[in-house]
Amino acid sequence: MRFMVIVKATPESEKEGALPDPQLMAEMGKFNEELIKAGIVLAMDGLHPSSKGARVKFSGKNRTVIDGPFAEAKELIAGFWLWQVKSLEEAIEWAKRCPNPHACDSEIEIRQVFEMEDFAPVLTEEQIQHKVEKRAELTLQTTDK
Amino acid sequence: MSATDPPHDSKQALHRTIEAVWHIESARVIAGLTRLTRDVGLAEDLAQEALVAALEQWPQSGVPDNPAAWLTATAKRRAIDLFRRNAVAERKHEELARELEALEQTSPDLDATLDNTIGDDLLRLVFIACHPILPTESRAALTLRLLGGLTTDEIARAFLTPEPTIAQRIVRAKRTLADKHIPFEVPRGPELAARLSSVLEVIYLVFNEGYSATAGDDLMRPALCEDALRLGRILAELTPTEPEVHGLVALMEIQASRTRARVTSTGEPVLLFDQNRTQWDQLLIHRGLTAIERADKINTTRGPYLLQAEIAACHARARTPSETDWPRIVILYTELAQLIPSPVIELNRAVAVSMAHGPQAGLTLVDALASEPSLAGYHLLPSVRADLLYKLGRLPEARTDFERAAALTRNTRERGLLLARAASCETDPTNSSER
Repeated sequence: MRFMVIVKATPESEKEGALPDPQLMAEMGKFNEELIKAGIVLAMDGLHPSSKGARVKFSGKNRTVIDGPFAEAKELIAGFWLWQVKSLEEAIEWAKRCPNPHACDSEIEIRQVFEMEDFAPVLTEEQIQHKVEKRAELTLQTTDK
Repeated sequence: MSATDPPHDSKQALHRTIEAVWHIESARVIAGLTRLTRDVGLAEDLAQEALVAALEQWPQSGVPDNPAAWLTATAKRRAIDLFRRNAVAERKHEELARELEALEQTSPDLDATLDNTIGDDLLRLVFIACHPILPTESRAALTLRLLGGLTTDEIARAFLTPEPTIAQRIVRAKRTLADKHIPFEVPRGPELAARLSSVLEVIYLVFNEGYSATAGDDLMRPALCEDALRLGRILAELTPTEPEVHGLVALMEIQASRTRARVTSTGEPVLLFDQNRTQWDQLLIHRGLTAIERADKINTTRGPYLLQAEIAACHARARTPSETDWPRIVILYTELAQLIPSPVIELNRAVAVSMAHGPQAGLTLVDALASEPSLAGYHLLPSVRADLLYKLGRLPEARTDFERAAALTRNTRERGLLLARAASCETDPTNSSER
């Protein structure tokens, strides 16, 4: 299963031209290397402060654009990973090994990504049997691998 | 978590946490122990005992700050005890016990250097689990167990095999490795290529076991794709200079990108050309293309996995089937057929040629395969031939071949499609086919 692991922003990280300190960058680099070696990272990126962003608000048919920066730094996102792991617990274990992503107190939020099977309707016995048969046929397919 | 964790942490939740820790750490713990004990079977047993100890002790003490070190230290102590008990019988064990003891008293500095050897140990573990002396199915089970951190029960469910059979396979494999004194090492020189291809074969086998399953009925099987991808990605970091490793990773990433599109909600397979390409996972495609770039940078001749990945990439890059770069696919199949001569690859090449240069060119190649004994009961041969004949307007011949293909396929839905196409050969001869 996949999880989006979100590093929340702080007032410090929201400052114009804010760059993390080199020591922290090095520690983060080491942690990222570990994640990559463990084969669990699908994607990762850091985000500029919200002053470089915008919001599009929806109200019925109306769209209003609001330029950054936005208040409530701790509700904002400073960066994210997309991890593929076996369980929420595994994602938590990895997140606990992350160095504190900011110089001050901070937070990482872990959210599960929807997978195809989350949308699958509840299947009847007959449908499951049908799928099992189809699965057997699928192994014989060679044209589409 | 620390020793001061609140007691409301339910036992079940803690078990799930320990499982997660085990999934993260077990391969490294087993790899380190194998180097110390020189016996992968014993190393795994010791690691398992350490896991049992964790399940007993962590509910009271809390999860230690460095769970991997805790597991390794616990297993090492058990190894020392065990070797002590056997020391009278075997001097060798006495020496090992002393070495282990010395290691246990190492300074933090030395621990750091040990940390750096973990990558090497993991790679050694990959090679020993995939040793060609073992039957392929045992290699797969042992790899999932030692490197994937899966339980025997999970492996059994994934392979639709009874648990005792898998357990037997693993026990026998470990015994074979011990009896034959298979060294715990990374093969060098000319041996490396052959041993690496055994590793890649196992990972791809695991992937295909999962890929042939559909989601929803038993998630253990589709999860095998993720296990295989994870193993592949780990291997790519351990052996970054091996182009075929990146090739296999690329092939798996691109194939996995089609998971959502390749079966209908009721489990019917959807052929590549009929898939809704907007459902392809663009992130996985991007990862696949990046892996191909990594392989290409190494700049040697392309191996079979990289070639197959490049073919998959041609499809992945095309937003619609008609945008497919068929001339390039022809080149890639030609290269692949030279590397691993196979009638099935020739047949695929013939299809690509027909798409690039017209049905007549394809038919000439297909007809050359007509007498190929290994394709004798293979329904795709008459099916492909029928399609080309149909496109050439040779309808009576096309009909015969569609019917032959229908008689050969074991897939009822496909039989229906083939018979429908056979019937369509009766009608308007100017009617052009979709493909």
